[in-house]
Order: sequence, then C-alpha cells, then structure tokens
Amino acid sequence: MTTKLFGEPVRRREDPRLLTGQGRYLDDLGEGAFEAAFVRSPHAHARIRDIDVSAAIDVDGLVAIYTWEDLPPLLAEPLPLLIPHPALTHGRTATPLARDVVRHVGEPVVMVVARDRYLAEDVCALITVDYELLKPVVGVEEAAQSAHLVHADVPGNVGAHLVQEVRSAAGLGAREAIEAAPHTLAFRLDIERSASMPLEGRGVCARWDADDRSLRVYTSTQTSTSVRMAIAAKLGLPLPKVEVIAPDVGGGFGVKIVHPWPEEVLVPWAAILLGHEVKWTEDRREHFVSSAHERAQTQFVRVGFDDAGRVLGLDVTILHDHGAYTPYGIIVPIITSTQLPGPYKLGAYRVEFSSVYTNTVQVTPYRGAGRPQAVFCMERTMDRIAEHLGADRTAVREANFIQPDEFPYDQGLIFQDGRPLIYDSGDYPGSLRMLKELIGWDSFDRTKELAAAEGRRIGIGVGCYVEGTGVGPYEGGHVQVTSDGRVHVSTGLTSQGQGHETAFAQIAASELGVPLERVSVVTGDTRRFGYAVGTFASRAAVMSGNAIALACRKVREKALRIAAEALEADPGDLEIVDGEVRVVGSPGVAVPLATVAVLSNPLRYAFDAEAGRATQFAGTSSFDRPPVAEGEEPGLEGRDYYSPIRSTFASGMHAAIVETDPLTAEIRILRYAVVHDCGNLINPMIVEGQIHGGVAQGVGGALYERMAYDEHGQLLNASFMDFLMPYATEVPFVETAHLQTPSPLNPLGIKGAGEAGVIPVSAVIASAVEDAEGIRISRMPISPSELFDLRRAAP
Amino acid sequence: MTDIAITLTVNGVVRRVETPGRRLLSDCLRHDLGLTGTHVGCEHGVCGCCTVLLDGEPVRSCLMLAATADGHEITTVEGLAAPDGTLSPVQRAFAECHGLQCGFCTPGFLCTVTALLRDNPAPTDEEVLEGVSGNLCRCTGYQNIVKSVHRAAEIIAEES
Ligand code: FES
Ligand code: FES
Repeated sequence: MTTKLFGEPVRRREDPRLLTGQGRYLDDLGEGAFEAAFVRSPHAHARIRDIDVSAAIDVDGLVAIYTWEDLPPLLAEPLPLLIPHPALTHGRTATPLARDVVRHVGEPVVMVVARDRYLAEDVCALITVDYELLKPVVGVEEAAQSAHLVHADVPGNVGAHLVQEVRSAAGLGAREAIEAAPHTLAFRLDIERSASMPLEGRGVCARWDADDRSLRVYTSTQTSTSVRMAIAAKLGLPLPKVEVIAPDVGGGFGVKIVHPWPEEVLVPWAAILLGHEVKWTEDRREHFVSSAHERAQTQFVRVGFDDAGRVLGLDVTILHDHGAYTPYGIIVPIITSTQLPGPYKLGAYRVEFSSVYTNTVQVTPYRGAGRPQAVFCMERTMDRIAEHLGADRTAVREANFIQPDEFPYDQGLIFQDGRPLIYDSGDYPGSLRMLKELIGWDSFDRTKELAAAEGRRIGIGVGCYVEGTGVGPYEGGHVQVTSDGRVHVSTGLTSQGQGHETAFAQIAASELGVPLERVSVVTGDTRRFGYAVGTFASRAAVMSGNAIALACRKVREKALRIAAEALEADPGDLEIVDGEVRVVGSPGVAVPLATVAVLSNPLRYAFDAEAGRATQFAGTSSFDRPPVAEGEEPGLEGRDYYSPIRSTFASGMHAAIVETDPLTAEIRILRYAVVHDCGNLINPMIVEGQIHGGVAQGVGGALYERMAYDEHGQLLNASFMDFLMPYATEVPFVETAHLQTPSPLNPLGIKGAGEAGVIPVSAVIASAVEDAEGIRISRMPISPSELFDLRRAAP
Repeated sequence: MTDIAITLTVNGVVRRVETPGRRLLSDCLRHDLGLTGTHVGCEHGVCGCCTVLLDGEPVRSCLMLAATADGHEITTVEGLAAPDGTLSPVQRAFAECHGLQCGFCTPGFLCTVTALLRDNPAPTDEEVLEGVSGNLCRCTGYQNIVKSVHRAAEIIAEES
C-alpha cells in the first residue's frame, strides 16, 4: 500500500548511484577546469610585510596569482558576519585573502590558479611571503588574561559577553538560591577542541557563461541558497544570473554551513575574470587548518541543592574559545547556555559566557553545536550531587525531571533562534525507565562486584539531554505532478548523507497516494528551489518534511477538484490510491493522476496524444468560465512553506558500561544503550543510522579527538595520522530503543534526529569512567595516559 | 616534465595513459580515466576512501604513483557490479543494511570487503572488524557496515 510509506524502513533511493561510483561529489566535476591552490599562513599571528611572486611566474601552466590587493572593492571587504547578535559587540570576520595581518595558521594569503592542482601547488611553493611575527594567543585562559590581543581593536579579546538568568518561583536569583541551599558544590570543567571532519572536504567549482552572462557554482555546502545570495552580493551580479548547486556532499556535520568561505567567492570571481571554469578542492591539511573547529570550553559551576538532590540554584560561567573569527556569530555558546538545563526543572539558573578570540582556527557549529558541552556540564553536576548525597545517579535525575503533564514547559530562556525556549512535548521519566531496563542499571552493582572479583574494573554511566531541533525561520517545498504521472519534489535545503531523497519521497508518496518509484526529490539546487535556509540544527526533516507535506496537500486538493469534475463526483468522495484518483468504494471509477495533470493545464498545442485531451477543441472545458479559472494556476503543482512558531524539542538518554584496564588505563566501551525520542519517525532505518553515526562521533570526542595546538598556535596533529578518529574497532555496538512523543507543533508530529547521537556521549563516558575508577573526571576527552595520571594523583 | 606512457587494465578494459611521473594513481583514475568513483579523503594513506583492487588486492591509490601501476590490473568501484549492471552481493548488502550515508567512504569499503570475503567467505565478527579497520567512515558509526559485511557473506553463500 502506498499510504503506509511514512514510518517504514524504506531502502534508500540514493544508494544505487553511490554504490556504483556514480555519485557526483565536488571534485568529480569540472573536467578541464583550471585549478586553484592557496598560499596559507604558516604563522598563527603575523603581519604581512611583502609578497614576492617573482620566482613563480615562469612556471609552465600558471594562469594567475591573486593577493588581497587584486580584489575588487566588495570582495576586498571582510566576509559577512552571518548571525549578528546584540551581545556580539566585537564580531570580526576575515577578508577572503589576508590583508595585512594573519590570525591563524592556515589563513589564505595568495590564490594561485593553474592548469592543474599539481602545478598550482608548485607555484605556491615558489611564492615567498615575508612576515613580521606577532605574539599569538592560544587557549581560552591566555585569551582571557589578554596580555596580547588577537584583534588590535578588541579589548580583552572578548568578542561577546552574555548573561541569562531565570529566577526561582520564589523570585530568588541563582546566586541567592545557592547561598540559601542546604548543600552547595563548586567545580571546574574543561572540554577540548574537535571538529566535524567530514571525509569529503570543502570544494567549489564555478562556470561563467560569458554569452548568457550567468554563473553556475557547485559547492560542497550545507546551504546553497544562501551561498548564492552571498556570491551575487559579493560579485555584484543580479541574483537571477547566479545558480548554486550542492552536488552529492561527502558529509557536513556543521562545518559546511559556514559561508561564504573565502574560496566560495574567490573561485567564482576568478572564473569570471579568466573566462574559464575554475575549481578548488580542499585537501585534508587545509581542512584541518582553514575550515572550522568546535567544542573547546572551560566552565565554572556552582550548584545548590536540597537533600533529595533537587537543584535549587545553578550558576555557570563559561569561557568559550571562538578562534580567530566569528562569522557564525555566537550560536555555539548560546546553545550551550540555553540547552544546559536539559530535561530538568532548575530552581534558579544563571549562565554567563564570554566568547574570546584566540589565534586558532575559527569555531563554528559541529554536530551537537554547543550541546555536548552543555550536557557535559549538567550531567557532571547531577553526578556530583549524587556523589555528595550518596544517592543513586538516576534517582537524582528523576528528582529533577520535568514531568509529562508539564508540557509545554517554558525554561524562561531565549534560544538560538531568538525565540522563547519552550519544550513542546516529551516523557523524561518514561525515557529513563526504558534506558535503565535496556542497560540493566538496577542489576549493575552485582555485575560490577563479579567483575571486581575477577580483578576487572567496570563502571556504568548515564547522560540525558534535550535538543532544540527544527529551528526556523522556514523551509519550502515544491511538488509537481507531470503528465507522465511522475512526481517531482524539490526543496531548497541540502543533503550530506541523511537520506533526504528517500525520506522526503516517503512523505510525498504517502501524502499523494502514489508509488514511491514515481517520486523523485531534488535538494540544494537553486535552479529548482530558491528560497531556503539550510541543513543544520537537526532541522531538515522537520522543516522541509513538513513543507513538502503541506505542498503535497495543496496538490492533492487540486487533483481531487479536477478529478471530481472529470468523474462527475464530489471531491469529498474521492481518494488517491496507487497514483489513481478514484471514488471511495467503487475502484472502477477512476482517473490516473497523469491524466489529472494533463487536464490541469489547458493547452492550445498537443505535443503528444495524451496532451490532446487538454486542448481547446477536446470538449473538456466549460464555456461558463475562462480556461484557467480565477484564483487557479495551470499545472498540477503546489508550493508551500513551513515556518514554525518555535523549535521542537527532541530528547534522549544514553548509558554506557566501560572497562578500564588496571595496568594500562586503557578505556573500553563494553555496552552502549540509547533511548531516543524524536517524535514520529519517517524512516526508522535512517534515524537509527543517524544515531549510530552520532554516537561514533561522540566516542571520538570522548576518548580520542583533540586539536593539539602548541603555544605558538601550530596545530601539531593536522592529519588523520595524528588526529585520531574512531575506526570500526573503536566504536561500540549501539543498542537503541525509541520513544515517540509527537511534536504538537507541526503537521507530521516529527522532531529532528541528526545531532542527537553525539550530544551526551562525553558526559556518559565520563560518568562511566568515574564509576569504574572512583576518580572524579572533569575534563574530556580522556586518554589512557590522562587516566593513568589521574590515578597517580588520586589521594 | 615529460610524461610516461603506461598501460593499465581497469575494470577489464585496457587503458593507455600518458601521465607525469609524479601523478598519483588516485588522480590518474579519477581525472585521466574519468573513474571518479574512487574517492580521496586524506591523500596520506589513512582513511581508505581511495582503496582499489590492484591485481585483486586492496591498495590505497593515493599512496601509489600511477606509473608504478603500469601493467597491472585494477578494479575500482565502477567495476564491482556485473556487466549487466546487477549489483554485486557486497553492494546489495550495503543497500539492504543501510551501510552508507553520504557514500564518500563507500567505494573504499566496497573494494576492501570484496577482497575480504573472497579470501574469507564466512568471517567472524572479529575478522570483519579487523577486515574493515583500515577504513574510516564519519557517518555510519560502522555498525551497519559490519552488518552489511555479514549480510554480503550470506548472499554470496546463498548464491553459490
Ligand atoms: S585518500 Fe588514500 S587513504 Fe585517504
Ligand atoms: S558514509 Fe559518509 S563517510 Fe562513510
């Protein structure tokens, strides 16, 4: 049955091409294009004294060399500050090529275009840049001390400072509530840098059609519509003359939402100037030193609580490392500070962050986007409270949960979309019950004793989170049924492996009553859909999924209207099954959607036999009204938008059992369990896949991944040899269970799922290692040698 | 720089290429022969995206010069399906078990696993983990990849 597709684990429609090498990623395009390479700063902080290209100009195959001086006025300006915020008083962005000062290793200084990439790199190697070294600022603490400045005009290195406070029901501020509480604790937490690290880096390929004076740009982005607007603005082109397409994209995880990258405006500019296709494909080292990182924060926590472990007041001060620039504003620390309360009712809450500049790669959202830090903070706090009271860790959480009958629940904060943070639905106690059962929480003490008797150290940990998903402002969908009965769906946001072609086709097929095979879906192509925001914040299914459903409902209504006339029936008596509009109860009386599509478009010219039915002598149109009635449009198509009043809040809880080696301090995850609630599931197979992938990235962040900057601002591990991402051998088997509390905010009742898996992992692993070792864990990731040192330092 | 003339048998077809001596095999396959299914994720031999079969054995085409492959047989992801387009058991298993998301690492996994199952048609869990432990995937968390390998072994057994 076609109508049962929503919610089914349908196999992915994108797989046949991706399994046979027929995918088209950025570097697969642009045969014969000139290729760009960049001379990038080898220093973290320096003034450019001189750029000498004389040794390079004779290289055979060189096409052009550009420095900042060559850029036209609009392009020479700093790149846009994408998300301004009143608290970001000192937002700073880079110019596409460095003007006079470089602020991190990897900042682009010179662009070289040559016949191929090998030659372009040859040229780069022959260009000499003379630098005057400046003192670099590395790490949040050095930044906060502000002995040296990253930007001469940003005092104290502070880009932004924001305080939010929610008073208790009795009107107490958090600090007062803590003073008055029976128990108080204070501690510091640290999280290191990691990065999205998709296996395909960034890349841009631009084609200028000089005859048509139009530009086509392919880019490995999470937002093609916005890149398009940025390119049109930066290059002074009329918007309709610019089209931007995200081809198959080999992973994004947040880093590709940033735009326009320097290369995204420079490559099209060069293509126009040179009248020749130009492309640039990022290599791995470039990705490490010139894209973006995330996660690094230092948190100072004070909490006051009662004998049951109920939090009466929580006061958190965060030092957030923003790297050298703030193109994406302060979204990451805002999310940390607003998602920190998680599933809990905090008596009073105060959060303050300072976002500081350092001479390192800029910080922008990576899957989870500030939430892993928030959850680390809140869940470490819960564990500390339990430890202080000698209580079970889950009991303390239960004592603080928002109850199922308390939704909608207003946390009293302003979320990343500038709107009130109000949870729409959830069942946190139910979720924890499921999790405890899944992992065997209540019998773990016994398991631990048995292991100890064999000389083994094991521990269990838990972590809970709430994730605001599906942020606005909007997405749209367009659905067209053509006269061959095929259904063409498009939406503006982009895909990086989430299976949108499948999930969106499931929605359209279900809504329209057509077989899945007849539906095709296009995402991220501005030729098909020009209005969109992008793929981030677990928003694609919620936003575009609902927009497509609404567009389908328009099409369906129109189809029923037209079919009703053709069948001389009442639209209310019609249904669409298997691509046919038929009278309910009399399946013989039917008209195919293909025919309805023909009839929807009154024609003068018959281009085929089927089209003949809609021509003016076919006798099908009534003489009482014009062929296209007032308020109607030709064609069986519909467009609609979904713009939610606020975000929808998914939630979940994870638990893990770890074993630590008594001798080597090696940490192994024995079991990993996930209970996840993202409302109604469109395709459970895809959702599970998202969770698995998220957990794997979380494991990387908890145990292996860090950006090792030295005091000079050199990234010491800028390769896959030294930045350790988990292989199959490091990722545990993930046991999942789903709870479904549908969102009341959108027609499909769905919530986002893309980031969920990664969010609580560091908190969960810290909790489990602490349980195994009886040593407090305050800093993540944790390596065996760090655990070893902690053991030695333990009293 | 003078080009070197080499002959490769790629997916059963003899291809002659003039290539600079320094050109990587990955670049030669992708850009000289247009077989862009082989992907490049690191160019330093760690991710395994660029894995192809050289005389049947998995190799990292980013760690090899095209010129050194002269005279050898290469199978890329484009050559795994049957000539009539029927997907190989490994390809089918990956589709069935959702063993891929963005698909960027997939060609490398498919080549690796094809060789793995040829040499060991019924691998244990450990052997599967070991077998794919040289390939990175940033999307799937590997769980469904491991499942795909077992499923592929089953399909091969069913069909032989
Ligand atoms: S590209 Fe060859 S191993 Fe990564
Ligand atoms: S599927 Fe994206 S890297 Fe493996």
